[in-house]
Amino acid sequence: MEATAGGFLLVLLVVVPVTGLLLGFALGGRAPERIALWLMPVGLAMALVLLAGVLHAKAPVVAFVGGWAPPLGLALRADGLAAAMLLTTALIIGAIAYFARADYRTPLHAPEARASLAFWCFLLALWAALNAAFLGGDLFNLFVALEMLTFGALALACLDGKATQFKAELRYLLFALIGSVLYLLGTALLYGAYGTLDILLLARAARADAATIVAASLMTVGLLGKMALFPLHLWLPAAHAGAPPAASALLSGLVVKASYVLLLRLWFWVMPAALLLAVAPILALLGAAAILFGSLVALRQARLKLLVAYSTVAQIGYLFLMFPLVAGSAGEIAERAWTGGALQAISHAFAKAAMFLAAGVIARAMGHDRIAELQGAARIAPLSVLAFGLAGLSLMGIPPSGGFTAKWLLLQAALDSGQWWWALVIVAGGLLTGGYVFRVLSAAMRARAAPIFPMVPVDLAQERVALGLAVISVLLGLLPLGAFGLVLIGR
Amino acid sequence: MIFGLTGSALVALGLYGLVTQPALLRKILAFNLLGGGVFLLFGVMARRGAVVDPVPQALVITGLVVAFAATALALVLVLRLFQITGAATIAEDEAPP
Repeated sequence: MEATAGGFLLVLLVVVPVTGLLLGFALGGRAPERIALWLMPVGLAMALVLLAGVLHAKAPVVAFVGGWAPPLGLALRADGLAAAMLLTTALIIGAIAYFARADYRTPLHAPEARASLAFWCFLLALWAALNAAFLGGDLFNLFVALEMLTFGALALACLDGKATQFKAELRYLLFALIGSVLYLLGTALLYGAYGTLDILLLARAARADAATIVAASLMTVGLLGKMALFPLHLWLPAAHAGAPPAASALLSGLVVKASYVLLLRLWFWVMPAALLLAVAPILALLGAAAILFGSLVALRQARLKLLVAYSTVAQIGYLFLMFPLVAGSAGEIAERAWTGGALQAISHAFAKAAMFLAAGVIARAMGHDRIAELQGAARIAPLSVLAFGLAGLSLMGIPPSGGFTAKWLLLQAALDSGQWWWALVIVAGGLLTGGYVFRVLSAAMRARAAPIFPMVPVDLAQERVALGLAVISVLLGLLPLGAFGLVLIGR
Repeated sequence: MIFGLTGSALVALGLYGLVTQPALLRKILAFNLLGGGVFLLFGVMARRGAVVDPVPQALVITGLVVAFAATALALVLVLRLFQITGAATIAEDEAPP
């Protein structure tokens, strides 16, 4: 594997946010906010150029940091999946930064507020960590990226400083720490067995022996804990629902996807196919349990934000259905399942970010987030309720939406590869999702006898951001299917 | 051999402590024990060939920094939690906010 032209872009994608973070932290005051807002379009442009580069070359873009080739040096690689995730990240983080301006603005000549400083600095840190996690070509490097991600996410989630928040986030931290130590233990074993941690070099050497199996199981359990796949989901609902809206959207939309991409790399690149075939049904079974359990519990939630968080538990499950579908078939069916899985990750990121932002606006305007008492919400925050509904369409898988295309591809792959039982799970999950989205919408649309006024004025810009993200998650379904060939590049 | 066994024992002790201890401070200590065990195992991997491999040592140094940061972050959170609630556990007693 050679370094390719345009590799400096990969380095820039990590270095630019980190530089912004350091500058912002050093300058203080209004600087972090301005730097973050200025860097968002720059990052978006970089992600777009990279995407064009990968599409044009029809091959991954590779950079060796400092010119040192693996096994001694570290490689950064952007294949189609990484490029798509980078663009998703740039769009969603940019939208969230715009959304958060109203909450974490530092007015001219006002003293620097700790929450604002922390928010903008950690937003940049999280962005750098996400980029590093999608680009990393080395298992240890990816460990460091995941840890940065956890720390950044945790700091953002604790910004309100409430006791319940600390408890929820500490539980998240403990799960994440156990997960990362198990992952690290796995990398130690792999290094002992093969003498390298570079993904491509490992892929060439990997055997299905005892040490590899133990290492792979440790790393997988660690990553599943970080992703909150059922039954390791215990920390997620409280941690995601308790955080401020901007942080919830980041946690649910993007942070879990980094562990997911890493898990894909571990199983589809590194591990021998025989091992993958044995493990894939177990992962999918857990995924199916997550879909059914998460949706049922979401259906019974009394509070809006917890409902959205349990919906994340369920939607994560869909990501795992792709494992047996890709592993157990070949050619076009495997490609379809792969595209479906990747598209599910992307469309869920947009839809869930929109849903959490909308839920945040609704909860603030109503002064509470009890679903049974949401009557009149559609009057005081109409765009947010619309955004919630559109995002819900995508989660349910109603055409035309990104979620529909994703689930349709998975469904077809399940039927074509003769694994029809996964198709049943997909359909059942869609129906249950419809149930809990409808519950919220019917409550929010109902008229209230007495006139209703928002507790705090609704910020129109915030509503528009939520709506914009929801619209993107729907529009993904209108793209021609060929456009998703991107995620197959370098598979 | 002896390092390998010690490392494994530390990992087992740490995991046990992390899962069973209710007090947060003890959980954090257990996490550090666990981390120490993993780093020792990295050291074992470095000595397996005829020459000592320097790469695991570099990895351990990075890992130490990460573990240190994680410990510091966890301690700050626990401290704030203690200042607010007067108790440093995350036992299930959450009233709805």
